[in-house]
Amino acid sequence: MKNTTKNTLKNIACSIVSAAALATFSTGAVATEKMVGSGSSFIYPVMSAWTKDFSRSHDGVQIDYQSKGSGAGVRDLISGVVNFSVSDAAMNAEEAAQVKGGVVFLPVTAGEIVLSYNLKGIDSLKLSREVYSDIFKGNITRWNDASIAVLNPGVTFPDRQITVVNRADSSGTTYAFTNHLSAIDPVWADQYGTGKSVQWPQQANFIAAPRNDGVAATIMQTPGAIGYMEYSYAAYTRQPMAKLENASGNYVTASATSGAAALANVQWPENLIAFAADPQGADAWPITTFTWMMVAKQNPSPQTAKLLREFVNYILTDGQVTAEKMGYIPVPANLKARMKQAAEHIQ
Amino acid sequence: MPHNIFQSNAGKESLTRPPTMLERFSDNGFRLAALVAVSAILMLVVYIFAEMGTGAWPAMERFGFSFITGETWSSATKTYGILPEIWGTLYSSILALIIGGVFGVSIAIFLTQGFLKPAIATALRNLIELLAAIPSVVYGLWGIYVLIPAIRPAAETLHQHFSWIPLFSTSFSGPGLAPAVIVLAVMILPTVAAISMDALRRIPEKTHEAVYGMGATRFEAISRVMLPTASSGILAALVLAFGRALGETMALAMLIGSANQISLSLFAPANTLASLMASSFPEADKLEIHSLMYAAVVLLVITFVVNMLGLWIQQATKRKFEGV
Repeated sequence: MKNTTKNTLKNIACSIVSAAALATFSTGAVATEKMVGSGSSFIYPVMSAWTKDFSRSHDGVQIDYQSKGSGAGVRDLISGVVNFSVSDAAMNAEEAAQVKGGVVFLPVTAGEIVLSYNLKGIDSLKLSREVYSDIFKGNITRWNDASIAVLNPGVTFPDRQITVVNRADSSGTTYAFTNHLSAIDPVWADQYGTGKSVQWPQQANFIAAPRNDGVAATIMQTPGAIGYMEYSYAAYTRQPMAKLENASGNYVTASATSGAAALANVQWPENLIAFAADPQGADAWPITTFTWMMVAKQNPSPQTAKLLREFVNYILTDGQVTAEKMGYIPVPANLKARMKQAAEHIQ
Repeated sequence: MPHNIFQSNAGKESLTRPPTMLERFSDNGFRLAALVAVSAILMLVVYIFAEMGTGAWPAMERFGFSFITGETWSSATKTYGILPEIWGTLYSSILALIIGGVFGVSIAIFLTQGFLKPAIATALRNLIELLAAIPSVVYGLWGIYVLIPAIRPAAETLHQHFSWIPLFSTSFSGPGLAPAVIVLAVMILPTVAAISMDALRRIPEKTHEAVYGMGATRFEAISRVMLPTASSGILAALVLAFGRALGETMALAMLIGSANQISLSLFAPANTLASLMASSFPEADKLEIHSLMYAAVVLLVITFVVNMLGLWIQQATKRKFEGV
């Protein structure tokens, strides 16, 4: 009996020692510089491509990005747990003041918000500014309403209720969409306002789903539904998108060209925070959103700062090609130069 | 005198002895460890309440009672109110409890009162318990892709012909109270069934013998004797199921339509406290976080009240019905 206990104890001791040895040898000999960012889920697809490419092409560097939501990203940057964060609604003055030394805002990409709908057999739908803002205010509740028929001659609409699908959670997409509605409709600005979450009309035809993919799935499953989401989700699910009337009165389709046309005329202030609530231009897509990468001006070490500057540089050069391939709108040339200048402030 | 074992043992080592030092230490040590465990749990509950309370305090100061009677949730105008959510939580949970409770207790009666061969009854019992193992996200997905399209034709017919009944007064939009209530009922069914089955099986055999010996039919035996005897257990099952329904988050976030409205109609969208918190928390700014904590405190209070009510009903019925 005693012999077997001794043997067991010896075996256990051996295995512990060998496990410890393996652990120390397997962590690798190279010290990796780790950087981490968090924030917007909208930019997650292209940001994870950027971080992977950058980490692969630079030895000893590992960048990770966590898609937690713009609000969580802003909170992380303020509390200093991340090196950079990404938000669809930048930061307001109060939040920016909480970061020691200030924040550099870099609008690294932009997206379009489209109105996707589910009507069997109707591949093309034109909605004027009045009509789509009336739909979202709850004034137009059936598809065979006269005001919709007038804009789409020759199309027979079913006598169905318009089920408006909104976002259940707070999001930068809602912020950009309500910002646009407030700009084009004073009644909206008065009653509902601009915000990451708003109180939608309390009618039975207004439902909500969590996140962009939830909205896309709900629209796909509900005949007669219409809702707002990022362009890439609508393109991915191959749902039809409505043609919207822009500020110049033209009906435009969402695409890379209409998106770029929307951003070309934006006036950029010193801190590079601007919202194109109602873009001007004949071909401009009316509802666009920017996404800002935010970096603290004061960083813990000069190496981190240098790596961050290199990462920003990568995003502005090779990164833009990747972004365009994935359906995001690339940064206009005049903005690139100003962003390179702003990135110099990262110390 | 005959040989006396006690006398012959007198003077030698006794059979009994006082506890050794080790026995005293281990006895007291165990008692202390148990006390520490209990106080840790109590302190944890107090700590949770305290943290929620301090987190909610700024919102309580700002909104006061109007938070509970307000109907808008908007970070644009910075007004927050949870009356539609309280309504949605209670309405969906009560409806789910009625459906899930009726089916659960019926299943429990069917599986324990000798309607089936024991082997088949055991197999079905295990199948019911499998329902409890399905994650709620899966229920949510099943609801969106299978249940809603399946009830759409029935819902539209009901609304077309019976819209004068308040329950069917709005048009069916997809996600709403109806699919949410059905999925909730399916989720609480295994809880009700399992605990009710336990309660029914605990009835002593002599009660069975007595009631069948008197010549009662099976229906009379179940309705007049078995159910009242097991009533405290069945009530415990219903209270537990209600508590679970109140707190259900993921499945409801996907199915209930997340609209801040109050409506009696089964086809209208609604919102619950748990799904409001789950949806809004990631992107919430400071004031919204305090308001969400306030909503959490309200949910805790509702769950607490429901549990207290359940305990009280149990106490009241135990003495009246059981008699065992």
